[in-house]
Amino acid sequence: MVQALPYLRESASQTAGPYVHIGLAPGAAGFHTFETELGQTLAPEGVPGLRVTIEGQVFDGLGVPIKDVLIEVWQADANGIYPHPEDPRAADCAPGFRGWGRVISDFDSGLFRFETIKPGPVPGRAGREQAPHLNLWLVSRGINIGLNTRMYFPEDTAAHAADPVLGSIEQRARVATLIATATGPSTYRFDIRLQGEGETVFIDV
Amino acid sequence: MKPAEFYMRDRSLQPPAHHPGYKTSVPRSPRNALLTLQQTVSEITGPTFGHDDIGALDNDLTLNFNHGGLPVGERIILQGRVLDENGRPVPNTLVEIWQANASGRYRHKKDAYLGALDPNFGGCGRTLTDANGHYFFRTIKPGPYPWLNYVNSWRPAHIHVSVFGTSFSQRLITQLYFEGDPLILKCPIVQTIPDQQAVQQLIAALDLNSAVPMDCLAYKFDIVLRGRRSTLFENRLEGN
Ligand SMILES: [Fe+3]
Repeated sequence: MVQALPYLRESASQTAGPYVHIGLAPGAAGFHTFETELGQTLAPEGVPGLRVTIEGQVFDGLGVPIKDVLIEVWQADANGIYPHPEDPRAADCAPGFRGWGRVISDFDSGLFRFETIKPGPVPGRAGREQAPHLNLWLVSRGINIGLNTRMYFPEDTAAHAADPVLGSIEQRARVATLIATATGPSTYRFDIRLQGEGETVFIDV
Repeated sequence: MKPAEFYMRDRSLQPPAHHPGYKTSVPRSPRNALLTLQQTVSEITGPTFGHDDIGALDNDLTLNFNHGGLPVGERIILQGRVLDENGRPVPNTLVEIWQANASGRYRHKKDAYLGALDPNFGGCGRTLTDANGHYFFRTIKPGPYPWLNYVNSWRPAHIHVSVFGTSFSQRLITQLYFEGDPLILKCPIVQTIPDQQAVQQLIAALDLNSAVPMDCLAYKFDIVLRGRRSTLFENRLEGN
């Protein structure tokens, strides 16, 4: 036998199940145990940046909208800075900017909708810049391990061409699955397809 | 600056997206390979939480939905540590739990199981780990409940657990099971986990030493998140 390595093993994921709202969005589940519901506001009033609204639906492999999905969003501020100590520019992040939010789909239609500010471009590896993007993480009943993806903004075409993550997608037709559609002034539509035609690119982060 | 990346996730311990034995995963699982990404600042950062986010009773499910009495069922303490794969504690991280009551019923409009609702039990709690990565809840041991996967499928008693860690790539939702429950190994959701040791790691141990005599039993449940690399970078002279 060789020597044992000192590492622990990551705990296995399990589905969030049908009642994820009880734990992570109890107000939406219809009761108010906690004084504050976490993740309601990504960017409070007064945080600088273009205010944008994003809506969409998450579809299963049969094209049916999922009505019990929960999405978490993590994003940089308008200058591309994350409010976190591992961002070397964190001290310059917009005051009051949280960068994190929870979004749930409507129980009847599956439509989700949230407001935030548009993030700036974010530094990538080896000096390559990443186009403005939202980092998304999806959980629901039937999802065994949370799914990571990104949403990009349609107007940044030049930045998309240089973006290292979009650039690493081999099947070029699938790049479009990560880019939202403009539906009005500062309003975007971003649908996520878990499976089948137009399956969204999910990322092994 | 070079990012302080996380170890690659060991997928041999994690359930695959598509597991036919858990039927709902069939239409809700991507069929294409995940896109391999070298981590950037977007992945090695994540939300932070503080004591302002948490209320005084948020970690006591026996009291945080009090409508004039105590909930029915087996009173338990649930405690443990949040660690990373390097065995280091993860301090000040948010741990959230949700669960059914003692009769296996969730307080949710979509749960129609005939197990009774408990007027004094809501079923959700949250807390921050302390400086040593330790967390603590007081709650009621949930009951098992039936669900229509196969016609006679039953979930073992379980508590849903959500943990953040220090970055968005450590984000984890899992379920805690209880030592000695014969339903664990029969459960199609547990069976999505391909590694038996990884299943054992989700079973909380009865911890009599932490029980409070004449008050509550105790279970210990440690949670392990992905570990951050400790390569010595020029800008981190003490390592990390
Ligand atoms: Fe459950």
